[in-house]
Amino acid sequence: MSGFTDVTGIPARLPLENVDTDQLIPARFMSRPRSEGYGPFLLHDMRETEPAARLPEGAEILIAGRNFGCGSSREAAVYALVDFGIRAVLAPSFGDIFASNAVNNGLLPARMSQDALDLLDGPLRVDLAGAVVHHAGGAEPFEIDPVWQTKLLNGWDDIDLTIQHRDDIAAFKTRHHAAHPWART
Amino acid sequence: MSRSLFDKVWAAHVIHAREDGTDLLWVDRHFVHEGSHHAFRKLAARGLPVAEPGLTFGVTDHYAPTRGEPASEDIAGMIRTLSTNAQTHGLQHFAMGDPRQGIVHVIGPEQGLTLPGLVIVCGDSHTSTHGAFGAIAFGIGATDVSHVLATQTIWQKRPKSMRITVDGALGAGVTAKDVALAWISRLGTGGAQGHAIEYAGSAIRGLSMEGRLTLCNMSIEGGGRFGMVAPDEVTLNYVKGRPFAPSDTWEKAAAHWLSLQSDDDAAFDREVTLNAADIAPTVTWGTSPDQAGPITGMVPMDAARDALDYMGLEAGKPLDGIAVDQVFIGSCTNARIEDLRAAAAVLRGRTAKVPGLVSPGSAQIKKQAEDEGLDRIFVQAGLEWVASGCSMCVGMNGDIVAPGKRCASTTNRNFKGRQGPGARTHLMSPAMVAAAAVTGALTDVRPLLEGREA
Repeated sequence: MSGFTDVTGIPARLPLENVDTDQLIPARFMSRPRSEGYGPFLLHDMRETEPAARLPEGAEILIAGRNFGCGSSREAAVYALVDFGIRAVLAPSFGDIFASNAVNNGLLPARMSQDALDLLDGPLRVDLAGAVVHHAGGAEPFEIDPVWQTKLLNGWDDIDLTIQHRDDIAAFKTRHHAAHPWART
Repeated sequence: MSRSLFDKVWAAHVIHAREDGTDLLWVDRHFVHEGSHHAFRKLAARGLPVAEPGLTFGVTDHYAPTRGEPASEDIAGMIRTLSTNAQTHGLQHFAMGDPRQGIVHVIGPEQGLTLPGLVIVCGDSHTSTHGAFGAIAFGIGATDVSHVLATQTIWQKRPKSMRITVDGALGAGVTAKDVALAWISRLGTGGAQGHAIEYAGSAIRGLSMEGRLTLCNMSIEGGGRFGMVAPDEVTLNYVKGRPFAPSDTWEKAAAHWLSLQSDDDAAFDREVTLNAADIAPTVTWGTSPDQAGPITGMVPMDAARDALDYMGLEAGKPLDGIAVDQVFIGSCTNARIEDLRAAAAVLRGRTAKVPGLVSPGSAQIKKQAEDEGLDRIFVQAGLEWVASGCSMCVGMNGDIVAPGKRCASTTNRNFKGRQGPGARTHLMSPAMVAAAAVTGALTDVRPLLEGREA
């Protein structure tokens, strides 16, 4: 995966709390192969009744409400956002599993207070290295776990990192199973 | 330094501690299901094998048909793909037709694969269920599933800690589900975000394993990725003799497991206490699990407009008496034998006013329930007794609630469209769902239990 670079543009806004991953992508689409692209499934059912869920084509930044991506661990929710073209979501808080999945797919989950989000005006520039969003009226900082910040900036893949610890893992397994033989099956 | 239960289990699994505070953890059990197809594809794309096939278990549940054949070719394909992946990688697979098949969070414990002190992961947010045994168990996404398949490890930053203490005795007709809905409605869906929860207190100690599983299962609905209960005699009695539980090393294992307790002076980042006696049978009225209240209450005056519109309810309406169209008893939350017994205790000799589906948590529970005659109680009441799977909790197998229809459900999520597009879900305990079936409306189960053995 390539590293995260600054994102610039007019944000889409979905100012609702608790937008769960069932809303982001209804379960019935999850048997589709990713190669088809998950963008068309993003907020599929919510779009019927909620005008804000009809995100403008071309949007790369999404401003969302508290507890965005709560619920199911389905990574397909992240695929739908990424395939639609979203690269950064700015919200007061995120579901834990969603945020982790987002980072694994190069999507930035940036935490900002509602007050800060309300200040954002005009086109934005999301600067991950500086953890700040620039806008017409100034600049607002956001929060991101430093580990995730580094991972996103470098486009790191965990499997590559882990394979470097191959010997540690093998040694651990031997020790662990000797001490806790029931941990084997 | 004093340590919590979580700290102890975590420390025993750290392979490598990175300076930035992220630890590489060993994974003792990895469960995969039909939805794991993305992860297997990622693995194939890199040409990697499954690192520990002996610690990886396939379970067919999300798309499992409950009435005969799969509802579509698409669904059949999802089931086949898991079988193919399991076969390719030499995984033990609890497939359709296997007498041990069922919902992953039901059969893990049932088979004795879930044990105290283990680290357990699965590509499903309700993996927190297994924490009921004093395991660290959590849901992960597809990229992490592929990482665990490839390495049997996972990178994690230690979450903050939270203890929910429930003391006192639960009233008659009040269950673990009500405890869960009570704390979630109090703290909100983000209440435990970023935290690992330990449930403690005399009311928790008094719960059966089934009750503890329900409680830990619902942790994620309050934002908690992890929920745990410290092992005790109840835990050991459940585990002993299970197919995958230790036998030769039982004594050593049991002694170790009982040592997995939070130290008396262990500090938690957040402490929450509830009085068991204050908890009533609880139901949700909205589209988020925290939009819940005691059945004796009403839809709050300040209820979110959006939720009311979707649910077709008005603020101030009493919860007791809201008419339902159907009921569902099932899911990883509430489809264990104790849950079925509790529902049957209400339904015995009564007739349901609305149709409904009863899907046991596993094929083994289905058989046990049939041996106990519970199936006949459900069928005589007018409910449909079907095979095991995730079924109408998530609707992936085609078991859905029609648009605009209202369902009293033992499941875990009342999100918009969760049980099908436009479906209206009210979450509650199995006994409360049975009461809704009997009266055709949300109602307090307690009067219906008078003179009966619950």
